[in-house]
Amino acid sequence: MNDRLAVRKTYKLFIGGAFPRSESARSYRVLAHNGDFLANASRASRKDVRDAVTAARAAWPSWSGLTAYNRGQVLYRVAEVMESRRAELIEQVQRAEGDANAGGQVDDAIDTWVWYAGLTDKLAYIAGGLNPVAGPYFNITVPESTGVVGIVAPERPSLAGLVERLAPALCGGNSVVATTSQVHPLVAISAAECFATSDVPPGVVNLLSGHRDELVPVLASHLDVDALDVTGLGEESLADAERAAAGNVKRIVRSQGERSPYEATAFMELKTVWHPMGT
Amino acid sequence: MAQSTVAPQSLVDELGDAVDAVGAEQRAAVLATRSIKRSSKLWALELAIRCCDLTTLEGADTAGKIRALASKAMRPAPTDPSIPHVAALCIYPSLVKVAAEALRGSGVVVASVATAFPSGQAALTTRLSEIEAAVADGAGEIDIVISRGAFLAGRFDDVYDEIIRAKEACGEAHLKVILETGELGSYGAIRRASLIAMAAGADFIKTSTGKISPASTGPVALVMAESIRDYADMTGRAVGLKVAGGIRSSKDAIRYLVIIHETLGEEWLDPGRFRIGASSLLNDLLMQIDKQRSGVYSDPDRYTLD
Repeated sequence: MNDRLAVRKTYKLFIGGAFPRSESARSYRVLAHNGDFLANASRASRKDVRDAVTAARAAWPSWSGLTAYNRGQVLYRVAEVMESRRAELIEQVQRAEGDANAGGQVDDAIDTWVWYAGLTDKLAYIAGGLNPVAGPYFNITVPESTGVVGIVAPERPSLAGLVERLAPALCGGNSVVATTSQVHPLVAISAAECFATSDVPPGVVNLLSGHRDELVPVLASHLDVDALDVTGLGEESLADAERAAAGNVKRIVRSQGERSPYEATAFMELKTVWHPMGT
Repeated sequence: MAQSTVAPQSLVDELGDAVDAVGAEQRAAVLATRSIKRSSKLWALELAIRCCDLTTLEGADTAGKIRALASKAMRPAPTDPSIPHVAALCIYPSLVKVAAEALRGSGVVVASVATAFPSGQAALTTRLSEIEAAVADGAGEIDIVISRGAFLAGRFDDVYDEIIRAKEACGEAHLKVILETGELGSYGAIRRASLIAMAAGADFIKTSTGKISPASTGPVALVMAESIRDYADMTGRAVGLKVAGGIRSSKDAIRYLVIIHETLGEEWLDPGRFRIGASSLLNDLLMQIDKQRSGVYSDPDRYTLD
């Protein structure tokens, strides 16, 4: 009995917790590493970027307002859900990238979630502190989230590369609009299904597949985006993105290559308050 | 403007109050999909600002808030004199004096709600004296509510008579009649109420108070616009339309402009004949104008709160 019709997945965008097609109704062909046709992916437009930023901005107060401990629980839940779909993700990475070590990439992505889930409630100790001052005051530094972060995920590895940038941004309480790998977007959209089923509030993570040369300038120039992660951008388009990001003095963030608290604090602002002693 | 002498019942008999509900919703839905681009969009955004009745109707309104909002009405974008002023500032009667002083000579009219807004449930003499007081304090436009209780009980003549009395109390001031369409129950009732209000001398008919949901919707605006069109065809008198309640985005505002243009024609695309009652809409219009001019998506934090 092998005459059952194939149930093929339509790969869509992930905006505000929903999976809409691109507002422009456009799509593009996604090929496997050997050139076989895999699927059509949604080709996001500038209006999809706008909608995603609106959703991220709306979601940010509740996400950043959670206790750090609670945020850690939610990120750990993402790891749990991805773990339960590990085999499917490995298969997708393998077909797309032809990566002999697809299993290693997926494990790396899941472990990254666990690592940053454990970091959420330690950030205040690492980046914050009681500062010595010469006066009858306490001086206290607290790290707080920046707001809406734009992320340009690297082309490869298509899953681990995205997660390594998403996790530290979410860890500190930011909400995110990320462009997926342009060539291998499918596994990122499958990962979006993990966010949708793991208590991450709708709008905290938004993923857009499409042509980077269309999406990055809009994301970089959007005045309601507070930081831009350019790890996935090639040297040729970096200067243009940074120039566009200067319009509202966005924080520009680059990966230093390893899991680290500083990957998370790079997306955060240090707030300092003075408080009188003894009253 | 010449007063209509048509009795409301004969007007309803003549023009009918049957509305094809499915047709109206379909027509409004089709018009809502129309895409307005580039220079037309910029024009529409500026028109929406010129047609805006900037509104605050809160228990917490103070003289200070009214003065702040008056500045915003006169110069919506403080740093950009190319942005036109809004049509009117719409407020409660107790604050008309403050607003009239702040807006003197600016071209922005003071519009005051009256007649026990939003319910209308007060004695007629109380309601009429509220109108007279607001006009005496400097209101150029009065937004009254109809007695929905009387209308729903079928006492259409009472509704008609009350609007006539209100019109007399207004004197020179323009009269806008709020139908509160969300409480009328059907499109047919909305058309009937529209015709009664126009027959009684309303200068504008207005969808909603903004205090109940559902407020203004596309089909409701369409039904009212068609009533205005039919009434104008019959009597030659042009009545204005004001939509209000829940209109927060530029996209919504432009959808109403499309409905007006397609139903009543270009002469109605003017603050003298079309108004949008709104508060947060104005900032979104400013934001979209900036987007059209600069090509860069903007940030709501860059616009003044009222």
